[in-house]
Amino acid sequence: MTLECKNVWEHVSEYLDKQLDPKLLMDIEKHLENCEVCSAILDSTRNILILTADKRTYELPVGYSERLHARLEKAIREAPESKNDFT
Amino acid sequence: MPATPEREKELIARVIAGETDLFHELIRPYERMVYLSILTMLRNEQEAEDAAQEVMINAFRHLKSFRGDAKFSTWLVTIAMNEGRQRLRKAKAAQLESLDEKKEEREGDFTPAVLTDWREIPSEALEKKEMRQKLREAVEQLPPIYREVLVLRDLEELNQEETASALGIPVTLVKVRLHRARMMLQKLLAPILSAAAPARKGFFGRMFQ
Repeated sequence: MTLECKNVWEHVSEYLDKQLDPKLLMDIEKHLENCEVCSAILDSTRNILILTADKRTYELPVGYSERLHARLEKAIREAPESKNDFT
Repeated sequence: MPATPEREKELIARVIAGETDLFHELIRPYERMVYLSILTMLRNEQEAEDAAQEVMINAFRHLKSFRGDAKFSTWLVTIAMNEGRQRLRKAKAAQLESLDEKKEEREGDFTPAVLTDWREIPSEALEKKEMRQKLREAVEQLPPIYREVLVLRDLEELNQEETASALGIPVTLVKVRLHRARMMLQKLLAPILSAAAPARKGFFGRMFQ
């Protein structure tokens, strides 16, 4: 079966997640060998996702963790079911 | 790094049994995850931080209701998503979300940005503040129902089932929305980022995984 570019685009996500059934995967790989456009789309999507997921893209606010644990500590101390001693 | 599943289970049991101080250790691996899922929802750093704190406090108070059939991380994200949604609703931004739901039916096809001169953007590019900002802005532009799926699947690396469970939607919908979210992101970012890509020096073979 010959795939058109449009058919390939419908499966970009499953392709990246390696969820395609073997037959369709083969057809897509075959298409990609000869299609610069679809190859570029796949590469760019994969690359964009890698960059977006990179830890540096979203940084935690400075002091976030300290403030979180300080507030949490207060809540833990106030919890009625807390069996901890206030020593 | 998250604790081993055994250690995590032990921590949960001990916190419930009264060693409440251990809760700090229990949630430490998930601080970022909780913050990020709310930040991308609310798009406001200060509110996201406050909400993340609330989520952790809620998790502490309701830890007894955590049943081991889900992963602790999924349970936490579910609380985070609920907290985020609640705050959105308060801000009346929920109107937007329901509009997106209706639109979803019609948004069948996506034409990706076609750039054959795309080169891989090296991860060093992220040292530039501008680059990081462009990526975040693009994520922010996604309609909420797509954004939340993308954040859980691609940024927090939850699997399909965990994402479905955290959002209360079927796995099939996670797949559909994730695909659309990724294609939207590609369309938004490829033209912007291609400018940052190193110059192309001719065609060469690509690596297919």
